[in-house]
Amino acid sequence: MSSAVAVEQAVDRPAPPTPKRRIRWSKFFLPAFFWAVIVWTVIPIVFMIIFSFNEAPNGRLAFNWFGATSTWYTNVFAVSGLTVALEHSLEIALLSSLISVILGTPMALALARYRFYGKSATDIVIFTDIAAPSVVVGASLLGFFLTLNLPRGLTTILLAHIAFSVVFVVVVVRARVSGLDRSLDRAAADLGATPWVAFWKVIFPLILPGVVAGGLLAFSMSIDDLIITSFVAGQSVTFPLWVYGAVKTGIPPQVFVMGTLIFVGGLIIAITNSFVSRRNPT
Amino acid sequence: MLNLPNWAYLGFFFVIPLISVLALSVSRGNPEIGYSYTWPLHWGEFSDAIRTYHVQLVRSFWYGIASTVFTLAIAYPVAYWIAFYGGRNKSTYLFLVLLPFFVSYIIRTLAWQFILSDQGIVLGHLKDWGLLSQNFHILSTSWAVIWGLTYNSIPFYVLPLYVAIERIDRRVVRAANDLYANTTWTFLKVILPLSVTGIFAGFLLTFVTNVGDYVNQQVLGGTGTYMIGSVIQDSFFTNQDYPMASALSSILMLLLLVCIWLYARTFGSEAIQDYA
Repeated sequence: MSSAVAVEQAVDRPAPPTPKRRIRWSKFFLPAFFWAVIVWTVIPIVFMIIFSFNEAPNGRLAFNWFGATSTWYTNVFAVSGLTVALEHSLEIALLSSLISVILGTPMALALARYRFYGKSATDIVIFTDIAAPSVVVGASLLGFFLTLNLPRGLTTILLAHIAFSVVFVVVVVRARVSGLDRSLDRAAADLGATPWVAFWKVIFPLILPGVVAGGLLAFSMSIDDLIITSFVAGQSVTFPLWVYGAVKTGIPPQVFVMGTLIFVGGLIIAITNSFVSRRNPT
Repeated sequence: MLNLPNWAYLGFFFVIPLISVLALSVSRGNPEIGYSYTWPLHWGEFSDAIRTYHVQLVRSFWYGIASTVFTLAIAYPVAYWIAFYGGRNKSTYLFLVLLPFFVSYIIRTLAWQFILSDQGIVLGHLKDWGLLSQNFHILSTSWAVIWGLTYNSIPFYVLPLYVAIERIDRRVVRAANDLYANTTWTFLKVILPLSVTGIFAGFLLTFVTNVGDYVNQQVLGGTGTYMIGSVIQDSFFTNQDYPMASALSSILMLLLLVCIWLYARTFGSEAIQDYA
């Protein structure tokens, strides 16, 4: 900064009046604001982690601190309905993210690399799917399943989850694909690779971090979804649905324990993936 | 070719249901006798919906606007600082903003319910110290719902704003300084107009979603904060009035489509993919 000021004075021109004030804003107010927002963001998470250790009377989460205990961690699976719901959630999240990746990756490749008829329509459908309020998606899927006379249950939950998470896979993978150098394909073709071989040997390893990230996003969207699931679930219960149902009667502390474990697990996976993708930059 | 499987899936489980919900809203009938279409189409459900639920519609609309404006006011400085001053740690800062995604939506909202409750760790102590009157409360007011909606939308608004601000050419900003624009004018005349696509994209992502949300209202709000999302759910499950529920969700969807259409008109449909 000081050398820039020196140059300004050297060319003998009145320095613009701004720099001093700009530095103060960017050096003090903005970072302070940023960290304040982060603290605000983290408050419920910290609350969840701390209160998962709270000695809760009657096995229900309490507003106030009653003393530390690890009982809820040793008895995570003591609430049987909750455990079943969590199992459902994990199964559906795993399957739906896997299927979303298989369906979404080819579309991402096509959108990033080729111009074709209906491309902008596809873009708009994808954006609409992302922006559509969950209530509308859930209500319309329920109406649709009712018309088809499909019994509501885990299958319809799975179908619905793929429908909303596949677009996130497309978006994430496309971002990775557009960073790729197209001459890599040509190099592979020049060396005699068929497009199929070139895809698996050259393109796929390079976009893999994007595919994994897309799959993880799909997984977390699925395990988190409450509103759409509540429409298409029928009698089946997933983790968020169970928790939502228990709001009126009282939440067992195991909910916060599971939330904490999912949080820590998710963090570990996300950080690992970001290190792996940093090691192989596009 | 590559598109086919996914298009088939999206067409079948996203586009067709959306159209069928619109179709249901203009039909006559009930679950027992089935639904039939008569010509002219039965648009009465829409005027019924608006007449019966205009209070909830207007309220949801205001909650949506308020929470979106608050979110923008919070997200813009955050995105601006990360994009312009984040340096090498940009991705770490963005990661911090995205941290809530690692905790279930319902648990986050629930945690706020506990924190903000009348005798909870915050209000309880403030009341004990006599800083607040004993009958002061936040939960089940409109502010609690708007608070929850704002909190849950922050990451969705920071991301598109970050993408837009990050893309601004720094030389343009320096040119503005060289031309004697002060900080305020540089911001108003250069940075803000260049990031307006991000503002609008974030608006699309948060506004209609918040208008249709019912989780924050159910967990943090009370009977006086009933929103249209809850009405749609009740119409489906409690009253089994499918045409009414369909009409209401069609209204929400039309609101979204109008916003998207405006966006595509203003910035071109190509711009949409940048933030999708």
